[in-house]
Amino acid sequence: MLYFSKLRIISVILFTLLFSYFAASNFFKFDDNYFNRNINLGLDLQGGSYLLLEIDNEPVVIQQLQNKLLQIKNYLKEKEINYKNIILKNNKVISFEINENQLDKTKELFDKDDSDINPYYQKYKSHEFDLFINNNIFLLNFSKYGLINIKSSSQNQAIEIVRRRVDEIGTNEPNILKRGNDRILVELPGLDNPDRIKSLLGKTANLTFRFITQNEEESFGTEKLLFEDSSDVAIVSRRIVLSGDNLIDAKPRMDNQNNETVVSFTLDRVGAKKFAKATSTGVGKRLAIVLDGKIISAPNVQEPIIGGAGQITGNFTFQSATDLALLLRSGALPAPLNIIEERTVGPDLGQDSINAGILSLIIGFCLVISFMLFRYRIFGLIANVTLIFNLLLLLGILTLFEATLTLPGIAGIILTVGMAVDANVLIFERIKEELKNEKNQIVAFDTGYIKSKTTILDANITTLIAAIILFIMGSGPVKGFSVTLGIGIVTTLFSVYFIARLLTSLYVIKNKFKEKLI
Amino acid sequence: MEKKIIPFNNLYKIFNLTSSILILISILLLFFKGLNYGVDFKGGTLIEIRTSNNSISISDLRKSFNKMNLGDISVKEFGTKNDFIVKFEKKINDKENTIENIRKNLSSLIGNTFEFRRVESVGPKVSSELLMSGIIAIALSLCAMLIYIWIRFEWQFSLGAIIALFHDVVLTLGFFSLFGFEINLSIVAAVLTIVGYSMNDTVVIFDRVRENLKKYSDIKIFDLTNISINETLSRTIITSITTLLALLSIYFFGGEILKGFSFAMILGVIFGTYSSIYIANPILVFLRVSQRTIIKEEIK
Repeated sequence: MLYFSKLRIISVILFTLLFSYFAASNFFKFDDNYFNRNINLGLDLQGGSYLLLEIDNEPVVIQQLQNKLLQIKNYLKEKEINYKNIILKNNKVISFEINENQLDKTKELFDKDDSDINPYYQKYKSHEFDLFINNNIFLLNFSKYGLINIKSSSQNQAIEIVRRRVDEIGTNEPNILKRGNDRILVELPGLDNPDRIKSLLGKTANLTFRFITQNEEESFGTEKLLFEDSSDVAIVSRRIVLSGDNLIDAKPRMDNQNNETVVSFTLDRVGAKKFAKATSTGVGKRLAIVLDGKIISAPNVQEPIIGGAGQITGNFTFQSATDLALLLRSGALPAPLNIIEERTVGPDLGQDSINAGILSLIIGFCLVISFMLFRYRIFGLIANVTLIFNLLLLLGILTLFEATLTLPGIAGIILTVGMAVDANVLIFERIKEELKNEKNQIVAFDTGYIKSKTTILDANITTLIAAIILFIMGSGPVKGFSVTLGIGIVTTLFSVYFIARLLTSLYVIKNKFKEKLI
Repeated sequence: MEKKIIPFNNLYKIFNLTSSILILISILLLFFKGLNYGVDFKGGTLIEIRTSNNSISISDLRKSFNKMNLGDISVKEFGTKNDFIVKFEKKINDKENTIENIRKNLSSLIGNTFEFRRVESVGPKVSSELLMSGIIAIALSLCAMLIYIWIRFEWQFSLGAIIALFHDVVLTLGFFSLFGFEINLSIVAAVLTIVGYSMNDTVVIFDRVRENLKKYSDIKIFDLTNISINETLSRTIITSITTLLALLSIYFFGGEILKGFSFAMILGVIFGTYSSIYIANPILVFLRVSQRTIIKEEIK
């Protein structure tokens, strides 16, 4: 175990130097075109906001069921199947009745693999809808995979909109990720007051222009809606003149005429046409501008608006007009988002944590190396040099993978300092035991290394298992702990078996005639 | 220099009894008193506040927060006289922007002399998921250890090691329950590390027991465990010391946020070292492990 070939010595040295360089590049600015990586600081160290959003898919599912119901009606008519009592039950199940003699035919239409009305997902081996037949009543509800399909498509749309909104605010390198199939994680480094982003993400921003009507019996139906800034109610037609989809730009602006802040918008070609048509037939009527079910304002149409541009008035401050314009530019969310977890750390707490982490690392390190020096003298020194390289390797690997360092991650490094010497202690103690019966010191060192090997592996694998499970199950900063702890074990094994053993062998071979080496 | 052999085995019975009682007490505490879950696991909101005005007391803050109608509120000092932790059960409602309102209300009540250093708000769904995944993680780590040690050693050893682990985890949690210390995500990390550490400690002694079983056929397991404990004792002590030095350094200098974590780990290291000697080994004695146990396995 003590023998090292020249090639091995050189590779150990090169490897160690390389990773030490990686580690050092965090602290000194090297002008390096090949290696340009850094350890990232977690939100708990650099300050910032962590928001977990959940998409409320229920309205989307209901909307899809309503659309499906219409589709089924048309489809059955087209296939000349007589149906009756088609309804959507509890907003969950589409139910309809079929004549006895058409049961099999209808069943086949919904059940076959190339069904037009109930698509089959090859990938999941499942239809969009599960079909239940009760006598002559057909019941359809979304299958597990049908729901997954809806969820992931609304997640895809939502993450795009969230990204646009966050980008518009212009925070520093935001991190926006999918979680599961109905959640979105937003990490905003450096942001210590996420209230504005929270209020922007909390709005669906579903904008519609609809006429206010006195006549409750309109063909499209009507609904009563509240005004945004008062408790007034107006009856608004369900017919949508124009929706936010047709907007291509929106900006806050000062209206010079009456010194009011307004949001001016530009429409695409289709939108401009629709708007022109609606405003020319509707001169004199009030056009309600509805955002997320509330009326922002309802101005009178004074003249046809044909240029494809207009403005929204309301009781805006400059800030609220800016926010509304931002929301309109970035588009509507497919479904409402709820913030289900928020963690915000201010930048000075982050700095305090860094300082405390570094202080306790230095103190812990000094305590451990003093103890080792006191206990093992020259071999304590070897263990300590090994420990320094161990830390450099650990930092080097973290840098290489651009891992995120959190406060618990720093705790993991300090713990590694405490536990890393264990392997050397096991070896040294074993060598001491061997020396009781073995006169040849080199042989004793050699057997010491060999006999302690399985124990060291066993002991480290157990901690590694704990770290891996924590990595899989843990979240946020705690995950950072498992990363440093786990990598720490790997670097410990490397540094003990290559660096410490090399140093030991050099020392022992040089001093083999000395009495009592350890 | 021959070291004197310390007769650890003479105290097996008395410590087994003590440990059994402590485990029983811990389980009763966990059942009847329960654990003091933090916002991670219970849901709710936590705000860390630093005031720049020394005259603001904990009761001023409590009074101010009580006026805001946030439900059950707890206010605690956090490390220094100017740092406070305020907790309430109501989750921040994003539609109403509660945090912003609290900031405004508070500055009108105590003046603009404070800053929010940290805000954590966890909804009920997320907190129950976090709790579940914490429990699963601990259970999973125990299972993984069981499997590992079952592959590496004979079943008698696995049983001993797992009971020792169980002992450490239950006692640490019992201690937290007794003193009402807060359980949050970092405590779960600590418990998992304790599991790893305790296992590590047990494995080192067990490796030696196994080696000695092969070496001496005429020594009874009762004395053999004692020899093995003694042979590995200096390593056990040194490693515990260096680990504790690192942990004490985190506890005293690592800041308030890591206090609970390092405290749990310190407890765990102490329990883990104790249980490797006084739980894991007596079980080998109880199960009458002998040279035949390991030879039979090897023939298989």
